[in-house]
Amino acid sequence: MSTATEVPAATGQGAAGSEASGAPLLEVTDLRTAFNSPRGLVRAVDGLSLTVERGKTLGLVGESGSGKSVTSRSIMGLTPRRNTERGGTVRLSGRDITDLPEAEYRELWATEMAMIFQDPMTALNPVMKVGAQIAESMRVHLDLSKSEARERTLALLEAVRIPEPHKRIDVYPHEMSGGMRQRVVIAVALACGPKLLFADEPTTALDVTVQAQVLDLLAEQQRERYMGMILVTHDLGVVASRADEIAVMYAGRIVERAPTRVLFRELKMPYTEALLAAIPKLEMAPHTRLVAIGGRPPDLVNPPEGCSFSPRCPYAQDRCRTEQPELTESPTTPGHYYACFYPVGSPENDEIRVQLRRAGVALPGDELGSAQDQPSVREQLATQADQAIEEN
Amino acid sequence: MAGSGTAHLRPPDEVLLRVENLVMEFPAKGGRKVHAVSNISFDVAPGETLGLVGESGCGKSTTGRAIMQLPAPTRGSVTLDGTDLTSLKGEELRRTRPTMQMIFQDPISSLNPRRTVTDIVAEPLNIWGLGTDAERTAKASATLADVGVDPEAAGERKPHEFSGGQCQRISIARAVITDPKLIICDEPVSALDVSVQAQILNLLEEMKQRYGLTLVFIAHDLAVVKNISDRVAVMYLGKMCEIGPPEALYDDPAHPYTRALISSIPVPDPEVPQDIEHRLEGELPSPITPPSGCRFRTRCPLAQEICTQAEPQMAQVSEGHWVACHFPLAETKVADPTTTTAAPAKPAP
Repeated sequence: MSTATEVPAATGQGAAGSEASGAPLLEVTDLRTAFNSPRGLVRAVDGLSLTVERGKTLGLVGESGSGKSVTSRSIMGLTPRRNTERGGTVRLSGRDITDLPEAEYRELWATEMAMIFQDPMTALNPVMKVGAQIAESMRVHLDLSKSEARERTLALLEAVRIPEPHKRIDVYPHEMSGGMRQRVVIAVALACGPKLLFADEPTTALDVTVQAQVLDLLAEQQRERYMGMILVTHDLGVVASRADEIAVMYAGRIVERAPTRVLFRELKMPYTEALLAAIPKLEMAPHTRLVAIGGRPPDLVNPPEGCSFSPRCPYAQDRCRTEQPELTESPTTPGHYYACFYPVGSPENDEIRVQLRRAGVALPGDELGSAQDQPSVREQLATQADQAIEEN
Repeated sequence: MAGSGTAHLRPPDEVLLRVENLVMEFPAKGGRKVHAVSNISFDVAPGETLGLVGESGCGKSTTGRAIMQLPAPTRGSVTLDGTDLTSLKGEELRRTRPTMQMIFQDPISSLNPRRTVTDIVAEPLNIWGLGTDAERTAKASATLADVGVDPEAAGERKPHEFSGGQCQRISIARAVITDPKLIICDEPVSALDVSVQAQILNLLEEMKQRYGLTLVFIAHDLAVVKNISDRVAVMYLGKMCEIGPPEALYDDPAHPYTRALISSIPVPDPEVPQDIEHRLEGELPSPITPPSGCRFRTRCPLAQEICTQAEPQMAQVSEGHWVACHFPLAETKVADPTTTTAAPAKPAP
C-alpha cells in the first residue's frame, strides 16, 4: 500500500484544531484486521491508510463485505480481542492508540471518539429512559452531578431537534419513531464532545425524508463542534453532497481516494465507475437498463491473485490477474489516489473499451437504452461469474 | 393527500387489476382502529408495472397484501381479470392463488432454510398437482436457468449457501413457475447492495417480458421505482396523493408531498445543488388518529383552512396524471362534478 501519510493539501488546514504538534486528528497507517474462522484467516481489512482532519468529513464507501465497518471498529478498538489479528498503527491527535488495554480505550470512547450505529433500536438500551442513556456517559466521563447532567441532556435533545425535550427525556426508546431514536443515538454520541465521530450507515434503516433530516443534522453538528467525521455508507448518493473526501473500499483496501468533487468528476477506478453506474438515477428514463456489476465481492479467505476487483472488472488484463496495483497518487491531480493499472480515462483503458464495445459488451457509462430490447450479455457474464464463485 | 375518488380509474375492460375504495383497518388498544389504508383506488393494465411509493407506515405493503387477500380488506373491492377477489372464500379463493404471486423484501428468510432450491421452486407445482415428478423437476430447472441460477450446481443446495441476490433470484423463480398474471413485489431490492440491486431490477424486466407479467412494485426508493415503473402511485398515511406516468410525476410533481419526497433523494453528484427548500419537516402522524381533511396537512407547507375540513378528491393534471390536493402545484382540469365534491369521500361505485 502506498504511503498515504502524505496528507493531501486540501485537508491540511484543520491543523489549527489539532494538538500543537500539527499532527492530523486521525492518522491510520497500514491497518490490518483479520479474523480467525474455521475456513481460515478472513482478511477483513488488509493494509489500509487514511487521515482525517478536524472539521472534515471522510466518506467511506463500499459494498457489504468490503471491510468498511470493520475499519471503523478497528480504529475505535471495538473489534473482539480473541481470534483477531491486528496490524498497523492508529494515531489520534498524534497519540498512538493501536491496541490499547480496554480500560484506556474506555477513556477515549465518548470523550475523544464516538460512534453512531446503523440500527437505532438495537443501539439503545430498551429498558432505560433515553435521558438516562444520554446522561450516563457524561456522569462517568465529565464527572457531572445528576442535575447538571440532566440540564446538559435537555440541551442535547434540543440540539438534535427532538420536539418537546422536557417530555421526551423520560420516555423509553420504543415510544419513539425510528428517526427520533436515531437522533437520540446521535445525542448519546455527542454527549461528551468527541473530536472524532464515526457514523456507520447512520440512515440506512430510515426513510428518505427522515434520512435527509438526520444527515443534515449530522452535518450541522459536525460543523458546529468542529469534529472530524467518518461517514460509512454503501450509498454514493449519501456522501456526494456531505463528504469533503471520499475513500472507496473494496476487499479490505482503499482502491480510490479523492476530494469529493474530484472523485465524481474524474474517477479513475473501474470499481468506482461500476458502482456509480449501477445506481438508478432520477434523470434516467423509465426502463433504462442498468449496468450491474457481475459476480460478487471476493472471498476474503482466499482473495484472488492480483487486483482483487479483476474477476469482475470488464477491463481486466493479464497483468491485473497476477500483480496487485498499489494505491498511488495521480500524476495530474494531487490528492487523488487510485489503485489500477488501466485507470478510467487513460489511453490504455480507452483502447480496451473500444475492443469490448466491438465485442458487444455493455460498459458502465454507455447509453443503454431500454431494458426491454437489450440483449443481456453482461447479465449472463454476471451469472457465470457468480456461479464460478459459488462453486468454490 | 390524501385523497379519495375513483375518477382516475380506467375502464374495467382495459385493466387486469382494479382496486376500488380499498379500506384496511386493524383493531388497536381501547377499541380504537389503525387506519392503515383508507379508501384508495387504482388499477393496473396488463403488462404494466405500477410502482407504489411512500414512507414506512404509509400503507403500501398493507395494500399489496390486501390485493392478495392476505388478509382480505375491511372494505372495498379487488378485481383481478374480471373476478372480484373479495367475494371469494376458502377453496374458491385458493384456486385463484396461482395467478397472483408475491416476492418479499428479505430474500433469505422468505425461503425455507431446510429445503433444497429445486424443492422450493417446484413446490407450487406440487401443490397444484401439475405434471409428474420428473416434469416438475424439469420445469423447476428450466425456471432456475431463466433467472440465472445454474440448476446443476445450485439445485440440491439450501438457501443459506447463497448470497442475498441469488436468493432473490430463487424467489423470483418460485413466483413465476405457476405462470401468474400478477406479481406483487414488496421492497424486493431494498435489502441488496446497489450492484446486486441493478442485477435484480434488470432480471425483473426480463422476466416481465418473457412471462408476460404485470407487476405491482412496492418500494421506498423513488429512483428505483422510476426505473422499473410504467405508472407510479404515491401514498401517504393510508391515502393516495398522486398517480401518473413516471416522467410527468417526477418532472412536474403536482402534490406537495411528492415534491418533498423527490427533494429528499440523495443525488450521487456533488455538483447538483440539494433541494433543501422543499424537504419535509416532522414525522408521519399516528394512523390511529389521522388528521381530518387532507391527511398531509400537518406537514404541508401549503395547507389552508379548507385542508382541515375537506378531503381533496382526485383531479386530472394531464393524460393519466392525477392528483388529490386542494392546492396542487400544477393546474388541474375540473373533472365532472360527481367526483369533485368537497364532502368526505363517499364516491359512488
